[in-house]
Amino acid sequence: MNIFDSFVEGAKEGIQTVAFIAPSMIALLTAVGTLRASGALDALAGLIRPFAERIGFPAELVPMALLRPVSGSGATALLTGIYENCGPDSFVGRCASVAAGSTETTFYAVTMYFGAAGVKKIRHTLFSALLADFTAIVFSVLTVNLLMRN
Amino acid sequence: MSYVFGAMMAVSLLYAAFSGNMSVMSEGLLDAAGGAVELLISISGMLIMWSGFMRIAKDSGLIGRLSRLSAPLLRRLYPDVDAESDTFRDISVNLSANLLGLGNAATPPGLDAMRRLKRQSGSDTATDSMVTFVLMNTASIQLIPTTVAALRKSYGSAQPFDILLCVWITSAAALTAGLISSKILCRREKWKQSYRSPSRRCASSDYSNA
Repeated sequence: MNIFDSFVEGAKEGIQTVAFIAPSMIALLTAVGTLRASGALDALAGLIRPFAERIGFPAELVPMALLRPVSGSGATALLTGIYENCGPDSFVGRCASVAAGSTETTFYAVTMYFGAAGVKKIRHTLFSALLADFTAIVFSVLTVNLLMRN
Repeated sequence: MSYVFGAMMAVSLLYAAFSGNMSVMSEGLLDAAGGAVELLISISGMLIMWSGFMRIAKDSGLIGRLSRLSAPLLRRLYPDVDAESDTFRDISVNLSANLLGLGNAATPPGLDAMRRLKRQSGSDTATDSMVTFVLMNTASIQLIPTTVAALRKSYGSAQPFDILLCVWITSAAALTAGLISSKILCRREKWKQSYRSPSRRCASSDYSNA
């Protein structure tokens, strides 16, 4: 096998991935940037903060946690917002990174796989998948708290 | 997606008009569009490089080896699927490609596996194995969170990969929660059905190994 050819083949796929996500990323990053500039995102976080702080949950994480199962690029846009505001190595930045790295775009996968197979009644799939997403958000805060406090 | 995008734009517009933030918002809009392009360029190097290395891993037979390693675990997760069948092979290739973060390589065998499972069951209701399979694809089992690391690096993280251990523990916990809850709900469904009408069998037991 030729490792150079393999790498080039893979890199081609990588470029396709970038090209594939670029338009929606630009659209959603713009939307999130606009949302932040308008002050609405801060207002939302401010609304949630008292409840979130009571259980020791960083409020900045809430919008991303809500968007993650629905839109991958939307959540990425919010993630970069957190990096910009708090820094990628801050507590919130790390929690958000772990949460983003441990979850998938749930609705996309459910729709694609069941849609392709022509299965209509999906029983409790969505419930269990969203429970997994919720667990990931909780565990991202827990693990960063326990393992990365400095 | 339209709803997400539309809602974000509408909320921004309304909120900015309401709070007198219009000029700040329109400036933010222009900045964000330019920033998005810059961000994409800055993360694409790392993403493309990883895709290249992962392709080498795939071509060197790593996926095949991972598939064999994962067989004992998959046999327990999919008791209804014959370990010698094409369906089983597709499921294990899908899993291995997902572990390596090769979304492009994971999807085609995944779709084949779902179609075969559907052909076996012959009904439009999801079987236990289908639910398990989709759950393993909605959870992220990627060993190296490349995109997140690339993003962190472009925002000046000192060690973009220092979240690795936390990501592994969190992914494992999430997948476990999903699978256990699914197992419990399957049992409950079966118990309920046998309780109500013993003649009606659960959809998941309506097919045998093929």
